[in-house]
Amino acid sequence: MRTGAGVERLLRDLAPQALGAVVRRYGHFDAAEDAVQEALLAAATQWPVQGVPDHPKGWLITVASRRLTDQLRSDEARRRREAAAALAEPPGPGGPGTPAAATQDDERVSGQDDTLTLLFLCCHPELTPASQLALTLRAVGGLTTGEIARAFLVPESTMAQRISRAKQRIAATGARFTPPPAGERAARLRVVLHVLYLMFNEGYAATSGGQTSRPELTAEAIRLTRGVRRLLPGDGEVAGLLALMLLTEARRPARCLPDGSLVPLAEQDRTRWDSAQTAEGLALVSSALTTAPLGPYQLQAAIAAVHAEAGTAAATDWRQILALYNLLERISPSPVVTLNRAVAVAMVDGPRAALDLLASLETDERMAGHHRLSAVRAHCLELAGDHATAAAGYASAARTATSLPERRYLEARAAQLAAPARDAGPAQDSGAAQDSGPARDAGAVRGT
Amino acid sequence: MKYLLMIYQNPATWQAVPEPEKKAIMAEAGAIVDELIASGEWVGGEALADPSTGASVQVRNGVPAVTDGPFAEAKEQFVGYCIVDCESRERAIEIALRWPDARLCGMEVRPILSPDGVEM
Repeated sequence: MRTGAGVERLLRDLAPQALGAVVRRYGHFDAAEDAVQEALLAAATQWPVQGVPDHPKGWLITVASRRLTDQLRSDEARRRREAAAALAEPPGPGGPGTPAAATQDDERVSGQDDTLTLLFLCCHPELTPASQLALTLRAVGGLTTGEIARAFLVPESTMAQRISRAKQRIAATGARFTPPPAGERAARLRVVLHVLYLMFNEGYAATSGGQTSRPELTAEAIRLTRGVRRLLPGDGEVAGLLALMLLTEARRPARCLPDGSLVPLAEQDRTRWDSAQTAEGLALVSSALTTAPLGPYQLQAAIAAVHAEAGTAAATDWRQILALYNLLERISPSPVVTLNRAVAVAMVDGPRAALDLLASLETDERMAGHHRLSAVRAHCLELAGDHATAAAGYASAARTATSLPERRYLEARAAQLAAPARDAGPAQDSGAAQDSGPARDAGAVRGT
Repeated sequence: MKYLLMIYQNPATWQAVPEPEKKAIMAEAGAIVDELIASGEWVGGEALADPSTGASVQVRNGVPAVTDGPFAEAKEQFVGYCIVDCESRERAIEIALRWPDARLCGMEVRPILSPDGVEM
């Protein structure tokens, strides 16, 4: 008999495969998703007590199919009642079929492809990113609505509504449970990877302290990305994204203090970084870079890898990081990339060169007034030895921050610089050296 | 991202609104709430009792001071709030602009600080 945690893991792996099988057989993605969710809940309560059935996936498909056909029949009955048909007709032969006990063979056939098809469907471009995330976590990740709501700190009813709206929207687009046409596949895969990236960032931003009951979205994002990689082992960007997640997640034990306050990358105790995750991430990214066409996730992973390979902050190979940012800016330009590049420029060419580069961002609507821009500018001013202006800059960044721990961190830096300096002179190793992980990119775009 | 939409009312202006119009305004606000619930953006919200039923609380040098009220005839009173979780600041402002009190008195849109953050 498996433990509760073992059952939970098994259910999450089986969730998208069971859903895929049910949708392929009966259609009705919306209702099928509800039915599978009910079957998962039933399994989560029964299996730890009664034991896992011999064919767990078949069990889920059978139970979900029964629920679905019951539901479809009662919907049909209601429609008939509502039509005020005086004479009740027996259900016609054209209605949904009775679920024969699910056989093992047909769901074994394409459970894997189904998972990918489901991902494409949940990350439908017509949905908002918030809806794509929520639906992916439920339909592909097998999380309950309550768990997803807790992860996003919203009431369960809000999340339930978001998921149901997302499913209605998919139904309204007429999207079918089939893989996207070949011509759209690459673009649709980019959306899927972006949703997984957002899921990871959402979880990575969840600072420790207090919120211990929040489900681990980073672990879920890594698990799902691993799943995509199994299906598309030759795709360099899938490998790059997984590497980026692992290299970033490896830093988690060092990134904040027990009280929840953030520790900047330059000040982290690198001995606490998870060496297994780092090693896996490094191997993934170096193999992807040598075998696949270059892409933005691989480059971001390569930057994270340079940080991971530096035993101390002072040993960081900033020249290499700058070269990688130059490449990234060329193939995937964005103000966030420019902002991160400025940090590398400060370390290689000096803070004045970085301040010149930052000046070009001030006129960019997407960046102007953003706390990350003010924070990086303050960091460069600090490196240049202009502590008074830097302190004012950190204070101004703190005022525009929309995250409590980030605001506290920026306030502390402002206070530190404003206090009479004990040791004057440029602070070479000041803690504001920017992290290049995905999470801080997301931080810079969040709320815009 | 979550936003607090603070609803302000001018008591004199509100009292001067004819009863049927008041009902229409309430229904208008109710319809917006229903719409936000349906879109999955509604997090919560409440209307507040009159400020005179509240209390002002301070502690100075360890000495508590509690006074009823405020009673002062403020032109604009904080009368209720909504919390929405939406895609952008623009969307939060769009919701506030549609809320009937925006034209009767005013609304204030404030981002709610996230308890999460990312190291720099």
